[in-house]
Amino acid sequence: MDTTNSENTATEYLSTLPGDDVRQIMWRFADRYELQMIIQSARSLARGVVARLVAEGARNTHEWTEKKAQLLTGFDEVGLTTVFMDPEDGGFLAGPKNLALALVAFELSWVDGGAATCSLASNLALSPIHEKGTPEQRHTYMSRCVPPLPGEDRKPWRGAFALTEPLPYVGVDTGILSGKMRVAEWEEGKEPILHVEKRGRFITNMGFANFVTAAVDSDDARIKGSAMIILEEGDPGLFDRGATTLKLVHQLSSTSDPILSLKVPASRIIGGYTVKDGVIIPNINHGDVIESVFRRTRVPVSVMSSAKLLSAVEPVIRYQRTRFRGGAASSHGTPRYEQGLQQKEDALQRLVDVWASGEAGAALGFAAARLFDEFDPIEREKERVLAERGITGARAQMKLFKELEKGALEYLALANQPEGERDAARFQELAADTLVQFLITDSLANVFCPACKLWNTGYGATMMREAVSLMGGYGITEDCPGFLGQKWMDAQLEATYEGPEAVQRRQLSITMTNELFLAQFRQWIKDLRGIADQRPGTGACTLASAMELWLWTLGYLQESRDADGKPLYHSSRHGVVFPVADALCWLLTSRQQILDLLELEAKGPENPVVASGLAGFVNFFSDLCHVQAARSAGEVGRVCAELVYGYNRHPDWCRDAVETCFRGEQLDAMDCIMPGIAGYGRSLGDAVELDGTHASKAGPCPQESLQTFMLLRHRLDLCLTGARLAKDRAATAVSRVMIPEALDYP
Amino acid sequence: MNGGFHIVVCGSIVPDPLQTLAPIEGPTGPALKNELMLPAVLDPWAGHALYEAAHLAKNAPGSKVWLVSLGPKAKLQQLMMTIAQKVSFELVVLDGPAGGFTDPCEVAGALAGGIEKIPDLDRSRLLLFGGCASASRDAGVTMQMVGERLGITDQFLGVDELTVSEDGSLQVLERIEGGQYQVSVCTGAPAVLAWATGNLPEPPNNPQIGMMNMRTIMPALQKAQPAPVGAEGVSYLGVELPKQRRETRIVKDLSVDEIAREIVEWLKG
Repeated sequence: MDTTNSENTATEYLSTLPGDDVRQIMWRFADRYELQMIIQSARSLARGVVARLVAEGARNTHEWTEKKAQLLTGFDEVGLTTVFMDPEDGGFLAGPKNLALALVAFELSWVDGGAATCSLASNLALSPIHEKGTPEQRHTYMSRCVPPLPGEDRKPWRGAFALTEPLPYVGVDTGILSGKMRVAEWEEGKEPILHVEKRGRFITNMGFANFVTAAVDSDDARIKGSAMIILEEGDPGLFDRGATTLKLVHQLSSTSDPILSLKVPASRIIGGYTVKDGVIIPNINHGDVIESVFRRTRVPVSVMSSAKLLSAVEPVIRYQRTRFRGGAASSHGTPRYEQGLQQKEDALQRLVDVWASGEAGAALGFAAARLFDEFDPIEREKERVLAERGITGARAQMKLFKELEKGALEYLALANQPEGERDAARFQELAADTLVQFLITDSLANVFCPACKLWNTGYGATMMREAVSLMGGYGITEDCPGFLGQKWMDAQLEATYEGPEAVQRRQLSITMTNELFLAQFRQWIKDLRGIADQRPGTGACTLASAMELWLWTLGYLQESRDADGKPLYHSSRHGVVFPVADALCWLLTSRQQILDLLELEAKGPENPVVASGLAGFVNFFSDLCHVQAARSAGEVGRVCAELVYGYNRHPDWCRDAVETCFRGEQLDAMDCIMPGIAGYGRSLGDAVELDGTHASKAGPCPQESLQTFMLLRHRLDLCLTGARLAKDRAATAVSRVMIPEALDYP
Repeated sequence: MNGGFHIVVCGSIVPDPLQTLAPIEGPTGPALKNELMLPAVLDPWAGHALYEAAHLAKNAPGSKVWLVSLGPKAKLQQLMMTIAQKVSFELVVLDGPAGGFTDPCEVAGALAGGIEKIPDLDRSRLLLFGGCASASRDAGVTMQMVGERLGITDQFLGVDELTVSEDGSLQVLERIEGGQYQVSVCTGAPAVLAWATGNLPEPPNNPQIGMMNMRTIMPALQKAQPAPVGAEGVSYLGVELPKQRRETRIVKDLSVDEIAREIVEWLKG
């Protein structure tokens, strides 16, 4: 790389912290005023009611209290409850709502993750009904959960989603269901009445839920398989909200371990049922419901952790700058007084790392949310087309999709050709094919969702600790501005609930090898080289090199065996596939961060407000992208090298020395022909002397057999050129940026 | 009131009060550092006027509320994402500067011009609302000048309460010196009411109101009329922050009473 070319030499610095105008462009909702209004609503609640609750110590109890219940009223009053609802059920937002919900979660968790969880959990309870419920179920429960309109005298319903069940200690398992359903009564010609037994663990919203959507399995020969079923507070039987979970985090959400033993009509089975030969067959099993639900609800969780990192920036800057004010050792006008800790490079650069991680995570999280907004109508259309063609059952569907994959790959190839050179008719034909478009979007959704959940929350928790550390002892007090200590602890739950990290890695290890995804990934590498050509200071070239290394490594691992002859790439070999998944997440977040920067650069001039400070924003965000790309490249290089070399057995002096080492006497003999070779050869390589002595180390060095890997790795290392200069510039910008006089919440 | 009122509220943006406000010398005169980039809020006095207007319109069937805003169009659009969720109104946008370095006379001229162009505005039913002051340009004269230009001579300043009688007459409580109120009765519209704080709390956000308002607000923003107001003939010898240094404190653990007591002690001191 050309060093001079890769440096951002412009001197315009960031003027202010990025405001709404900037974010609207970066996260692609500048033209969607309904989302902009939702943000303002969520923000007013977060920085008002929620912040006061946290400041007043409402988190210091596990119980659901009247004070905490202000949240629910708040959600209703500012319209957040109805964000999830469709207009026909009393909502105000038509169409897909993934981005809207992600933005709400972002705003709430800017102040408190538990408040965001409380909001999301109500949607989670409704999601099975929304995604897979019958039209009657959908309308009934969605409209009951809408807050009353003026003149209506009713209380809105709240829901809880009950999947996880108790295990010894504090564990849960979603793979096996202990919750059961049996036929309690079934009179001829009437609706069967089911007896449902469900014990839940870590069930959010249970302290006040009026209904529960519970996952249960059949315990009766007259019911086939599993289902999700709706249980209501007033159903006959036991609706025990259970013991409050003594969780250390997210205390603004209600969590307990309910005991439910209720009789309900079979019509409560989500998605309905069919009776065949005297057996009740749920139309949709609980696994299908959950898959459909979680792939959407995990995305808002991912942006929660990123929101916290970004929310830490302002309080940390203020703390750093004012660190020494009021003390005897600094007076007005001195650098110590004016800049405080920001005189120190380390304080600034560590904050740059926190900021860059927040940007990267938010970029991927919101990209995933937008992707699901695109995906929702495609998925619905796919279901319609399949029903029309009479294709039912997973096997028939998979067979069809396998056949269609070729067309999808062809579409991707055509899409990457110049418009004038490709077969336009064929391209149009494939573009209009719902199933082809479904396969392509699905391949991305299957990667983006687990990737953002895994990286944003897992690595986000690590970086949140870093943010806390930047506040010194203040960081671990309840008084810490921005509630950073609480946010750090909360991040651990975000990494765990709705599918812990291992679950996300497992999913990625399968979906990232989908050829449709990889075809797009290969094109992204080319695109990033193109971006790097135009915008050399963004780290795009570094990232492209890291992506090449990852791709090569994936291929190598899929075809190779370890020192004992066992295949390396196997779904159960987590030591291989999980780190590959982790590495991919770094690449995806970093790439999306660069794309957000380009969007800002392209669209910023259209907005006079953004335009006035655009150069500073673009310079700073370019440097942040470069910093993050370098860190991603570092992680990918480390992971790939460990995996490529780590499964080979290290040569040892006894077994391998004969084949791989110089003999000392041979070097001595050659010295008369090539003077100096005896000394040079010994210093350069491994040599064994006549008496068997050798250099003091584990064994002869392994032979350099993987030339391509070495070249790619070496190239990647060289691509880090300039990254630290970018970090220096970003740090300088952080030291100069104007911040408000005080945080806008307690 | 037969047929209700036509209430025009004049109000625009000011920088969010938590922001750092640093005067600088710009190419066209004094300005605030990074002013365009700073988050903005509705001028608090204008806000009170708007909420009072919406409240009055709700209780006087047939009434209609307009908000006439002079400010940078893009900033006003951001502001609308909050304000439009609170009360129903139609927006009239005058695209111009909203900083503290414009001359009230020019601002009043632009506002009056904008109001005159509102279609279907019944001047006989017109109540002209606005703030009695502004958080960014506190000359306290703008509303009077707008009223004069529109030919409205019944003017009330520092209003805290408006009561409409059955016969359509207006009873107005105005703040006067010494912490006292002056009670006036006016036979009816048209009138100018420059509000102090009024008595109403800020309405909560309601996205459904926002969605309805946006049907007219977005077109209004697109049709914004340029209003290049400034301070023609005025030269600034110097601009500086008030001598009293601003000390911002975050108070989390005091009751409202305790905070009030502390403020009173500070004032006395």
